[in-house]
Amino acid sequence: MARLVGRRAVFAVPVLLLVTFGVFAVAEASPFDPVKAYAGTAGLTASQENLDQLRANLGVDRPLVSRWWDWLTSALQGDLGDSSTLRQPVADAIGERVGWSVLLAATAFVLAILVGSALGVLAARRPGGWLDRAVTSLAYTLEAAPPFWLGLLAVWLFALKLGVLPAGGLTDTSSAAVTAAQVTNHLVLPAAVLAVSQLPWFVLYVRQGVGDALGDDPVRGARARGLAERTVLLKHAFRSGMLPVLTLIGSRVPELITGALLVETVFSWPGIAAATVQAATSVDFPLLAALTALATVAVLLGNLLADLLYGLADPRVGFDG
Amino acid sequence: MADKPAATGVLAPADTEVTWRSAPGRSGRSAGARKASRSTRAWRVWSSAAIVTAVVLAVLIVPPLADLDEQAVHLADKLLPPSLEHPFGTDDVGRDLLLRCVYGLRVSLLVGVVAAVVATVIGTAVGALAASAGGWVDRIVMRLVDVFSSVPHLLLGIFIVAMFRPGVWPVVISVALTHWLSTARIVRAEVLSLRSRPYVDAAISGGASRRRVTVRHLLPGVLPQAGLAAVLMVPHAIWHESALSFLGLGLPTHQASLGTLVQSARSSLLAGDWWPTLFPGLFIIVPTLAIAGLAGAWRDRINPRRRSELML
Repeated sequence: MARLVGRRAVFAVPVLLLVTFGVFAVAEASPFDPVKAYAGTAGLTASQENLDQLRANLGVDRPLVSRWWDWLTSALQGDLGDSSTLRQPVADAIGERVGWSVLLAATAFVLAILVGSALGVLAARRPGGWLDRAVTSLAYTLEAAPPFWLGLLAVWLFALKLGVLPAGGLTDTSSAAVTAAQVTNHLVLPAAVLAVSQLPWFVLYVRQGVGDALGDDPVRGARARGLAERTVLLKHAFRSGMLPVLTLIGSRVPELITGALLVETVFSWPGIAAATVQAATSVDFPLLAALTALATVAVLLGNLLADLLYGLADPRVGFDG
Repeated sequence: MADKPAATGVLAPADTEVTWRSAPGRSGRSAGARKASRSTRAWRVWSSAAIVTAVVLAVLIVPPLADLDEQAVHLADKLLPPSLEHPFGTDDVGRDLLLRCVYGLRVSLLVGVVAAVVATVIGTAVGALAASAGGWVDRIVMRLVDVFSSVPHLLLGIFIVAMFRPGVWPVVISVALTHWLSTARIVRAEVLSLRSRPYVDAAISGGASRRRVTVRHLLPGVLPQAGLAAVLMVPHAIWHESALSFLGLGLPTHQASLGTLVQSARSSLLAGDWWPTLFPGLFIIVPTLAIAGLAGAWRDRINPRRRSELML
């Protein structure tokens, strides 16, 4: 297992080098000008001399590769530059926010696994039955529905019509401190919407996994031994049917990040995904570059997790492959 | 890592679609149920075809024929709930939402189709190159595909659009650049499997050049799969475009797409008016499901052994 982790770490190095270099290359090719971005509105009235001085200070004139290398070496020492939108060092901005994003994503993911497994098993029990049709149709419809749209409709229903849950943010505007009760209350809607956006995948894969397992020999054997249908379904079919699903969980990180980008924005959740959108809107390059690299690390970790789970869940699979 | 499904359901690339293995003698499926499911499938194909036809007709015919200005502001009629005169209601400056949705769908569909075509061309070229070159070219190209797919699609799209904003082209390019990966993998796998067929061997021993083998014998065999991937990519591209527009990074407001409509409806929604938000979303979902239904039928045709039974 250590070998697999080592190999993946070795693969991660060129990936991160390429991704960060790509980020710098795209910025180089774009009409984006760091000097104007840095100077802001003052840049409109500043003299050409001042702008040139600023250009020299920021080191914008130097070639792409050396700027990228400087960024990389200081990033490895923990200095990711300063964010112009949040007016603080990028490392601090990420440190403050990453916890809230992880809380939201983890809650949603656990919720999606629980509800998705339950619905998937129910649907697999009688393929083609009305329950199966209802669950599958719902899954496909939810898959097609944009998460931001679901989020807005949820705000309308639960916050405006029923008035049972807050519409966004982390705490009530009137409260100064961040308390656990407040956060829980504000977490319900965004986590539920993010979970719903991840749900279709779980439902369809569990349905297929359990459905296939129901036709396999071990289940036929369990039935022949006269075990109760409940035992057959939950102890035999569910267990072996969940194997392929479990191993794919790690590879869902990109979709989770995509969902979080939209859901955090809808609910003004103070996480890094919402910060990414802000950074993009105001072309905050240092923050965007760092967040892209961070997201890549998250995806690679997810892939590693997927491979590890694959080996753990199915002893026939070696870790060398 | 490369072979793991990245997405599923209606927005999935063709190779990762959830399929229901219909082994003979499956438990609990009587002849009657199978017959019923065949008629359900036919119904699904025809209703999907009807919806897609209606969508195409609506976006092609309504704008030139209907001499209506979708931008016309009628402040007296603002935020009317759905009625006979305005089936979808009106928005916060009194514009008819049905008309706005049709125009938004037109913009979204255009962006989606162009992005899907560009992505399919890139993906087919890269996949065919990797498979027919083989060796270290193949290894390096497929590693690059892996690297590309290590960045979440929407994040990469956001980054590209943020840097090149504003306009239609940055959106098209950002969607296309993030969507060719699955096509490249599908095409590569298909070319590799085609290359081991006897007729390709025959062509090679007949002295055909590598280029001729690729262009005459391999690419035509790949086209149905690539076409299927392209069709399935259209809803995915629309989804991405609307997400970018919703985040305020996509199309400018005078070229309202469906995502822009949802975005600009936010203030009315917070005031309690649901219709400006609801209908643009339905305009994304219904065509997506219809295209997926048609693509499913197409896949069953070109790939009869992997018959899927999406019960919609």
